[in-house]
Amino acid sequence: MTFIQLTLVFVILVLASGVLGWRRIRIPQLADGIRPRSRAIYHGLYNALWCALPMLLVVAAWLAVEPGIIRPAVLDELAANSALIEENSAFKYVEIKNIAEGVLPSALADKSVLQAVDHYRTLQQQSGIVLTILFITAGLAGLYLGYRRLGHLFPARDKVEGFVRVFLFVSASVAILTTISIVLALAFETLRFFQHVPVMDFLLGTKWSPQVAIRADQVGSSGAFGMVPLFAGTLLIALIAMLIAVPVGLFSAIYLAEYAHPVARSVLKPMLEVLAGIPTVVYGFFAALTVAPMIVDLGHTFGLNASSESALAAGLVVGLMIIPFISSLSDDVINSVPYSLRDGSLAMGATKSETIRKVILPAALPGIAGAILLAVSRAIGETMIVVMAAGLAANLTANPLESVTTVTAQIVTILVGDQEFDSPKTLAAFALGLTLFFVTLALNFIALHVVRKYREQYD
Amino acid sequence: MMLQTNKNKLRKRARAEWRFRSYGILSLLFASTALVFLVSTIVSSGHSAFFKTTIDFEFPLDAERLGIETPYTWENLWAGSYYTAVKQALYALFPEVTSRPDKRALSRMLSPGAELELRDYVIAHPDKIGESVSLEVPVSSDYDQLYKGHLPRTGKHTKLSAQQMEQFDRLVDEGLIHYRFNPGFLTGGDSRYPELAGIGGAITGSFYALLVCFLLSFPLGIAAALYLEEFSKDTRMTRLIEANINNLAAVPSVIFGLLGLAVILNVFGLPRGTPLVGGMVLALMTLPTIIIACRSSLRAVSPGIRQGALAMGASPVQVVFQQVLPAAMPGTLTGTIIGLAQALGETAPLLMIGMVAFIANVPATPLDSSASLPVQIYLWAESAERGFVEKTAAAIIVIMTFLILMNLLAVIIRSRTQTKVE
Repeated sequence: MTFIQLTLVFVILVLASGVLGWRRIRIPQLADGIRPRSRAIYHGLYNALWCALPMLLVVAAWLAVEPGIIRPAVLDELAANSALIEENSAFKYVEIKNIAEGVLPSALADKSVLQAVDHYRTLQQQSGIVLTILFITAGLAGLYLGYRRLGHLFPARDKVEGFVRVFLFVSASVAILTTISIVLALAFETLRFFQHVPVMDFLLGTKWSPQVAIRADQVGSSGAFGMVPLFAGTLLIALIAMLIAVPVGLFSAIYLAEYAHPVARSVLKPMLEVLAGIPTVVYGFFAALTVAPMIVDLGHTFGLNASSESALAAGLVVGLMIIPFISSLSDDVINSVPYSLRDGSLAMGATKSETIRKVILPAALPGIAGAILLAVSRAIGETMIVVMAAGLAANLTANPLESVTTVTAQIVTILVGDQEFDSPKTLAAFALGLTLFFVTLALNFIALHVVRKYREQYD
Repeated sequence: MMLQTNKNKLRKRARAEWRFRSYGILSLLFASTALVFLVSTIVSSGHSAFFKTTIDFEFPLDAERLGIETPYTWENLWAGSYYTAVKQALYALFPEVTSRPDKRALSRMLSPGAELELRDYVIAHPDKIGESVSLEVPVSSDYDQLYKGHLPRTGKHTKLSAQQMEQFDRLVDEGLIHYRFNPGFLTGGDSRYPELAGIGGAITGSFYALLVCFLLSFPLGIAAALYLEEFSKDTRMTRLIEANINNLAAVPSVIFGLLGLAVILNVFGLPRGTPLVGGMVLALMTLPTIIIACRSSLRAVSPGIRQGALAMGASPVQVVFQQVLPAAMPGTLTGTIIGLAQALGETAPLLMIGMVAFIANVPATPLDSSASLPVQIYLWAESAERGFVEKTAAAIIVIMTFLILMNLLAVIIRSRTQTKVE
């Protein structure tokens, strides 16, 4: 059966069981008018759940098990008819699948492959029949088992609500599952990476050239996986970005919170939000098309030689992107400083700027520090701008006019396009990802901690 | 004496006040100038991509010269040699060009789209064969850029010879060159030729990815928010979940790309480069936004509603699903739209799950490989062809238009519910 047919069967069975369960209470069973414990709708829902869940389980199990049975069987068939080399099998299997599904023409394949294709088709058909039978049986059995439990005294509502609560809990746990799978996936691939490259070479090496030659006797066959230049580049760009974003963002926030006329505020605040809503790929295009050439020209007028993919261009634009982030967080923090502090300072004769500098900012400092840390973590994790504007040369330099590369840019460059999953080059991306994950995690953790602690102080 | 120093001090303080204030104004000025600069750069370099330059030809539709065999079935019409016909029509305008190299240089004026246009016309109007028709066909990218003024006529960046430009100018003078709206840009798929490339495929891919993202993250996000806000007790588990949600909201997007690659593609084996997988990754990224928005609007529902419903004998689950959640829906929807707008602009995770292949056709289902709008922008921005610069900027105009529309929708929903409460 096709996917659509299965879905139809599913919908019909679930609806039928729901209606049956609903009708169960509608039929006046007890003449003396005892009211049912749960309303008819809950009986319907309960029965529908009993019908739907087994069917979904069958499909999930089938999806998990089926490839594990068909694949070896087909490859055995192929091996019996031709000399199949072990490492070739994955490729051959894909070919067989594609021919069977009509993606590849069958005319070019040789006879042993065609036999395997036939075998694949029969197996696929058989497994489809088995699935259909199991699917319908599970649905009907669930329907019957659920229906048998219904009755005037059956607490259908409690059961349904219990299920709803479990479902809500499972949904909430998705966040934990995501974090766990991020850590596990990254850690697993990183361990495999460290089988090729020593940990210390990765953490402390100062040379990065992940291109591994195909043959062992070629020049540069080993590849170098020193993370230091990447982190230096990341930090350089983040530093430039913060040099722009912190003063601009902070002063914007101060002006908006303390000085601006409400009308001006209602125009300027959305403007900063627009800056926050622009996709990073747009910033990247802007950096590469406009900012980078501008810096090259500017450098020429001062007799400096700027690279067309300079760290300065990328850093400037990352800074531009971060401004609204800092300004809106600082705005919140400044606004949450109690008015009594402000009024007290003004009453003592301090000017507005003196109040801000000597009273409000010190009081808001932990919150602002938290905002800046969050912004640093943003700048470090920023990807598209650096991919498009910062280049790929892993230079270990502090000169902002030179080209540097970053952790995120390397991850994307390594993984875009074709990858083999055993080469240290591909695995290196996961090691970089794990490092990046922990660095940003630590920054966020500290920042949130600082912000929360500060909030408690005044609430 | 005393008075004098006090006055000086006051003046100094007033100056400091003025300085401090002007830092704020300068900062806002810097931010707004940058924004205006960015937007104007993109609009000025992108608006011309919505138009194409065409050349007006007189085609004698001669079945023999087009190499069309009778009967005029679709296959026979499709197999005609239209390229020669288009070239002949161009050469007819320049009888003085005779040598082969000159002819070759002249034929550079034609886009590969020219023969397709002629072919489509003939297939649509087989009855016109034997007559002479006038048809507008696109010129190739370099000439298109020249006509739009993006290509310098002199200097090292010129791509056309003086003769080629002179020939083109003559056609302009004769009124055969037209500047037309280019609907193909909005509906067509990607192409190797800038003048034929469109973002229809990318828009469809983005739409499917966002659809999958919405279908997954909206119910899951609401369910998670309901659990945390209405049913959870303050246990270790709850706090762990909350910490995880806050943390996921700040994880860099490349990490989600790595997750999609290692788990969704390599462990679950879902098809690479499809909107389905893209939508799943985006859903994980959107989930925290929706959960946070839904929680804060659940918190804003007045306790009177809850207590009233409980007093009427409703169970806690009934209270939540029949009273509280409907009341919190507008706020949740606003948050969801904003989350989806963020997801629409995400690029890096989609690059990593393989939505970067060159796909020329518009995807039919979420299971077909496809590009998406931001990825298309990235691909074109990285392309060396000059003609793609305006296409990139135009694609940015389109994505920004979608973002503005989505945010407007969010604002409308928010303001409408506010008036209702009042």
